[in-house]
Order: sequence, then structure tokens, then C-alpha cells
Amino acid sequence: MADQAQFAELAMPYMSALYSAALRMTRNPSDAEDLVQETYLRAYRAFGTFRDGTNLKAWLYKILTNTFINSYRAKKRRPEQVDLDDTEDFYLFRRMGGLEAVAANRSAETELLDAMPDDVVKAALEDLPEQFRMAVLLADVEGFSYKEIADIMDVPIGTVMSRLHRGRKQLQKRLWDFAEERGLVPKPVQAGG
Amino acid sequence: MDCNEAIHRIYFYLDGELTVFRREEIRRHLDDCPPCAHGFDFEMELRQVIASKCRDEVPDDLKRRIAEQLGLARPSE
Repeated sequence: MADQAQFAELAMPYMSALYSAALRMTRNPSDAEDLVQETYLRAYRAFGTFRDGTNLKAWLYKILTNTFINSYRAKKRRPEQVDLDDTEDFYLFRRMGGLEAVAANRSAETELLDAMPDDVVKAALEDLPEQFRMAVLLADVEGFSYKEIADIMDVPIGTVMSRLHRGRKQLQKRLWDFAEERGLVPKPVQAGG
Repeated sequence: MDCNEAIHRIYFYLDGELTVFRREEIRRHLDDCPPCAHGFDFEMELRQVIASKCRDEVPDDLKRRIAEQLGLARPSE
């Protein structure tokens, strides 16, 4: 049983991570602010049910996710376009391997990744259909385990794994496409050259 | 372990969702196989780039609103 007086001290350090996640979920700063504020209020009220020694960050993310699904998603429901899975594994790695700069210097791949502007990475993640976006966000940005994600999203672990697999492939394709649209991708290796 | 098996398990490996035995098997394969090691490094780097570029600064106004809200919501002693 957690002591409510400790709530602020324990929960406030997660605000930046929760706000970033809320932005990826809602894709709108004003909704993200409201979502985080509501999450803190709900978490504060329910803090008596939080068991000491369990994972507070995962508990807060579960409240954030539920609040998002119940209050915000309904508001802006739109049909979700789920891509057919024709994207190959390691899409980005394979595409980058075909670049002249990378053929000349293997560390060029890392440089290309580092040079990718924040807003391109955020846009690529936010463009994923919701169920994939949530799984990738929780795993790759927040570092939760499959079991924790299954608890947060209230789905079986097998579903988490399949959403992650598809979500990551789609994210890599979008990163490449968005970088290409912005003219950030150098020229490919010339055939026969 | 061959390349196909290693690649099949890459995300479980990077996600820390393998047993110590399996991790060790993959690590041995990566030590002997530069192309696979290169691919694994890339995927790990990509994940770090995604995580570090998806961080946003909390607006001061939101911090203030939440602090006020919790202060107001705090039950009287």
C-alpha cells in the first residue's frame, strides 16, 4: 500500500517521459498536455492501490494508455490503415547498404542515423497505425519488457511480439521514405560503377 | 547457430528477452560473423537513435498545472 504523500516525489520524475509518450499517442501538443495532466490526477487518486516494490513507471504508463484509449482516441476516431506486410526485415539497413557513402565507409550508416532530424523520427513513429505505434513506443523508446507491455496494453505477450515485429518494419520503411522526401538520403551506388 | 537463426532472434536478443544460454549462443555467432555483427550493431544503434530523438521538453505551464493540481488535490492533514 503506497503512501499518497509520497506520490509527487515518486511520480514527478516521470513527467518528461510521459509527456513525450503522450505526444506520440495524441500527435497533438494540447491533447498531450491534457492527457498527462489527467494521468497524474488519476494516478494520484489511485495511488493507494499501487503496491510498493512494483514498477511505478509501468503503472503510470498503464494509466496513461488507458486514459488515452478511453478519452482521447474516441474523440478522433478514424479508420486505421494497416499496411500489408510487404516490407522486408532490416529494411533500413538494407537500403543504407546500397548507398555509395556506405559502400565507401561503413560508419557512414551510423552518421546517417545520427543526422536524422528529431522531427523526422517523431513523424515516422507517429505515422504508424496506433496499435503498432504503441508497442514500438513502449519497447523501443521506453524500454519496457514484453511482459510489461502486455500488462500496459492489456493484450497477450504473443500479440505484443507480433505488433512489435510489424511496427518496427513499418517504422524503418517510414524513416527511409521520410528521409528521402526531405532529401536526406545520399545517392545510391551506381550499377556497374 | 547459423546466420538465419541469429537474424531470426535479433529482436529477442536486443530486447533482452532471451535466456542466458541463447544470448551466449548468439554472442558466439556474432564474434565469428562480421556481417551479422554489423547488422546487429546497426539495429542497436537505430534503436538508440529513435529513443533519443523522441524526447520532448515538458512545457513549464504543464509542470505548474500538475503541481498545482496535486497541491489542491492533497487531502488535508
